[in-house]
Amino acid sequence: MIDIKYFLKGFKSIKGVGSPAIALGASFIAIGALLKNLGFSIQESIFSTFLTYALPGSLIMAESLFIGASLINIFIAVWLVNARLYPMTVSLMPLLMHENQPRWKYYLSCHFIAVSSWLIMKDNYKNIEKENRIDFWIGIGTATWSVAIISTAVGYMASDFLNKDILIGLAIINPIYFICMMIGAMKTLQICLSVILGTILGPAFYFISPEWSILFGGLIAGTIAFFVGEKNDK
Amino acid sequence: MTSNIIIVIIVTSLATYLSRFLGVISAEKIKETSKMFRWFNCLAYSTLAALIARIVIFPSGSLSEIDYLIRFVVVILSVIVFYITKKNLVYPTIFSAIILSLFSNYL
Repeated sequence: MIDIKYFLKGFKSIKGVGSPAIALGASFIAIGALLKNLGFSIQESIFSTFLTYALPGSLIMAESLFIGASLINIFIAVWLVNARLYPMTVSLMPLLMHENQPRWKYYLSCHFIAVSSWLIMKDNYKNIEKENRIDFWIGIGTATWSVAIISTAVGYMASDFLNKDILIGLAIINPIYFICMMIGAMKTLQICLSVILGTILGPAFYFISPEWSILFGGLIAGTIAFFVGEKNDK
Repeated sequence: MTSNIIIVIIVTSLATYLSRFLGVISAEKIKETSKMFRWFNCLAYSTLAALIARIVIFPSGSLSEIDYLIRFVVVILSVIVFYITKKNLVYPTIFSAIILSLFSNYL
């Protein structure tokens, strides 16, 4: 069903110099502490990371609960902030699809798509035969997802010991990890432009609409990068 | 309240899974060599960059208590550490947390 050799190879991606474990752990420890302060039980906190596994979405959920937003508003706000997962999935899954592999693997393992697992897969897929990539991916996904779930529980239990300074330290780790990974990924003109323009336009659109800024900024930045890249690659 | 939290968690996860699920459906029809794929690849990187820039520049939660100049300096220093350590990802992340707490306490 799942080739254990490739699964383990993917699973081991949480070790070593490129490890996302610290960054993931730091941010989900902070989430665990935050959810505890919001009145979640430990089961609910773990359940939340288990089912959602996307940091900005969980943060929006926490904020919405805090201000008492309606369910439909929560749905829209979370969908907006996590809509980036759509282009991420579309730009990852074609690399993993193989006719010998059953479809359910793709529909189930798309749950593992999050920034860190996605960046690791993008960095490594060329080293794996196409037929085995999905099992490798499920390994990466299981590993990063487990780290997130365990860290949520740790953060929940340790929340009394996490003072303001520690929480601030935890909060910077994840963005720094992502910034470094993105810089590492800037190997083609298209990706360089996408990253640079996205960095500028995302915050710029924040002044017009905070909720839509990531999608609008990303859409325009990515489209410009695509056309400039296509023109120059020929 | 408890059942309320469960419903909110489920709504959040459905709103999140929706994008992933639709992504797989679309991916079934997109070849990795197509222009469409390259466009989506650009969109993925640009929305990610937009998201990360937003987290650093307009943070919510504990980071918002730090002056933006300090955040900026910490990002630059961490990227330098990333290059000095030959693109190791563990050192710059740990470094950033330490240097940020030092800055926020002593500056």
